[in-house]
Amino acid sequence: MYDAPTPETRLTQNTLKITARGVQVYYGDKQALKDVNVDILDNTVTAFIGPSGCGKSTFLRCLNRMNDTVASARVEGEIMLDGENIYDKRVDPVQLRAKVGMVFQKPNPFPKSIYDNVSYGPKIHGLTRSKAELDQVVEDSLRKAALWNEVKDRLNEAGTGLSGGQQQRLCIARAIATSPEVLLMDEPCSALDPIATAQVEELIDELRASFSVVIVTHSMQQAARVSQKTAFFHLGSLVEYGDTSHIFTNPSDPRTESYITGRIG
Amino acid sequence: MPILLLIIVLGVLAIAGFILGRRRALASVEGNTRRLHSLPNYYAWHGAIMAFLPAMAVLTLWLIAQPLIIERQLSDFFPAEQFENDSQRILLMADVRRVAEGLDVAVAAGALSNDDAANISADGTIRDRLATVGVALGADVTAQVLEASQAYRKLAATGAFWRSIVALIIAVAGLFYALRITNGDFRARNRVEAVILGVLVLASTIAILTTVGIVLSMLSETIRFASMYPFKDFLFGLTWQPSFQGNSELGLLPLLWGTLYISLVAMIVAVPTGLFTAIYLAEYASPRVRSIVKPLIEVIAGIPTVVFGLFALVTVGPFLRDWFAVPTGLGSSGSSVMTAGLVIGVLNIPFISSLADDIINAVPQSLRDGSYGLGATKSETVRQVILPAALPGIVGAILLAASRAIGETMIVTMGAGAAAKLDLNPFEAMTTITVKIVSQLTGDTEFNSPETLVAFALGMTLFVITLGLNIFALWVVRKYREQYE
Ligand SMILES: Nc1ncnc2c1ncn2[C@@H]1O[C@H](COP(=O)(O)OP(=O)(O)OP(=O)(O)O)[C@@H](O)[C@H]1O
Ligand SMILES: [Mg+2]
Repeated sequence: MYDAPTPETRLTQNTLKITARGVQVYYGDKQALKDVNVDILDNTVTAFIGPSGCGKSTFLRCLNRMNDTVASARVEGEIMLDGENIYDKRVDPVQLRAKVGMVFQKPNPFPKSIYDNVSYGPKIHGLTRSKAELDQVVEDSLRKAALWNEVKDRLNEAGTGLSGGQQQRLCIARAIATSPEVLLMDEPCSALDPIATAQVEELIDELRASFSVVIVTHSMQQAARVSQKTAFFHLGSLVEYGDTSHIFTNPSDPRTESYITGRIG
Repeated sequence: MPILLLIIVLGVLAIAGFILGRRRALASVEGNTRRLHSLPNYYAWHGAIMAFLPAMAVLTLWLIAQPLIIERQLSDFFPAEQFENDSQRILLMADVRRVAEGLDVAVAAGALSNDDAANISADGTIRDRLATVGVALGADVTAQVLEASQAYRKLAATGAFWRSIVALIIAVAGLFYALRITNGDFRARNRVEAVILGVLVLASTIAILTTVGIVLSMLSETIRFASMYPFKDFLFGLTWQPSFQGNSELGLLPLLWGTLYISLVAMIVAVPTGLFTAIYLAEYASPRVRSIVKPLIEVIAGIPTVVFGLFALVTVGPFLRDWFAVPTGLGSSGSSVMTAGLVIGVLNIPFISSLADDIINAVPQSLRDGSYGLGATKSETVRQVILPAALPGIVGAILLAASRAIGETMIVTMGAGAAAKLDLNPFEAMTTITVKIVSQLTGDTEFNSPETLVAFALGMTLFVITLGLNIFALWVVRKYREQYE
């Protein structure tokens, strides 16, 4: 066994960003996640795949403690971000979420103007010193999210007046405007046409240079295209986690193989 | 046949229509419901409706029309000039009705036979004989009134007889018609839906018609007022000094000022408190706290305003006087704008908090998630996302509360006094439009003087103010709707 170093093996030398150990999530009495262990690397795109209802969104929401806002949810186990347990009492979830941004499964623009939607994060975190700088951040974010050309003349119109796919890109722009260290994206392309999807995938690839990106997707092709690491969830457990090329060509678990070849899910 | 019995009979016919309609529909398709155009119950309802509704409608019209027709017929008994004058005619008819009812009671009690009642003459005995069965007649009964009332009894009896006959005939006819046209192809569902639509439209028109009626009646009295008192002086007069000997000064401005001033104080108290309460309950309170605090606050809304008035009179007024007004030299009266304003404000807190709480809860959770997901704190989320999203509803709630504050009467009477004054000092006694409406209309005053009629002009003013508020509320709501949806 002597493989030439592939891009993937080089990536494993990237620093660890997030490590999850023994994560269990309950909604009331119902267990949604069972004993999940994952290492998420810096400057890497990690894809979560798996059939509907298997707990991908739930796990994603653990990574920035969004489950705190669900009254019935209870999280056990340990999730370390840069070596610090984010479920520690001393950690302020508000600061954590500024570092770990999120794009939700359903587009949820604020009932504000497009400009205000994007500038929301930079404003509350005081990231810019002048209006000009803020304008620049808004423009950059919208450009990266492949929305700028469509909205540059109507920045003062309501974000809720955009089409579903435009709203989703607006939410992406909103999330990257805060310049997080980790970006969690829950099916960011489910409402996008192929062109916008390609643009967002390009963006994800760019973001990898500076952030760590976690993306939930139902599209095997997308996972294969954009990610370096893939985790396959099934019925609340993490079945298999490894290099994307490995998972898609040579899965070690039969459930993974049936899923990616379309036999379950 | 008495009305109640008649209605019960109509109800029975309706039930018969229900059962027969269904049975006939089923029979027409040999029990195979799939061949019916509508579900069997629609045929049943169609039968019931046809038996009941037309008859009931005719009955209602009859009940409205009969007194008018009888009145017209009785005009023969009285000199024409008496009958032309509105108020005299109303009095006469009241007398006639009263004597007629008295005779009815007497007959029912056995004190008179039916013939006696029809032939009794207008000597002194009628009052005594009716008194023995417990019917007290006010003035002397004139021969005219007695004759008229006997005629009235006869007409009323005939009317009642034909009323029952006609209603029953229509009900039975409706029932047979419904049964005749019932068969598998008949579109009973469409008919029933049309009737439901009619009922809904009727219900909504009743509210509108009532409003229109109120406005028209107030308007006509206001116009009468304007013909007796210069309307310009009413609108722009700076003094309010009614005197029933005449030459009153009926200036609106002191009352309007008192109304707006007291409402302003009330809103300054109620809006922030109510809104903060709502935000706490909706965003911060745990479910347990919420389930206790919310009903407790809503208890306030159930307290009658008179009790609040007492509280203003006995507690708040003296407290403000002794601790604020007197020490600062601003006044020496327990009744003041401040007293009434504070208490009305407290009264309105649950109103605003409860409405705003519902509105805030209706803001989708995904918006909160979006904001928290960007690292916003709770208060940032509330201020920048939730309140803007809930704003139209909140503005509506506030304006509703403002209308209530403007219309409040009891607390003002007891807390702010009845002195009409134009003053900036919130520790002075002042009064409002509503209080003056009440005081101008109570007491033995002639209904034709500007001092009384001004109440309608005041009511009209109040109506215009609240209407303006509501239009403004609608405008705000629409403006934000367009922007956010
Ligand atoms: N707020 C909640 N309350 C109760 N149960 C929940 C809640 N959210 C998710 N669940 C349950 O947890 C399980 C995992 O849900 P999750 O949303 O994580 O699935 P998913 O993998 O993201 O599915 P999809 O691909 O359809 O988005 C499901 O069985 C779901 O019913
Ligand atoms: Mg999901």
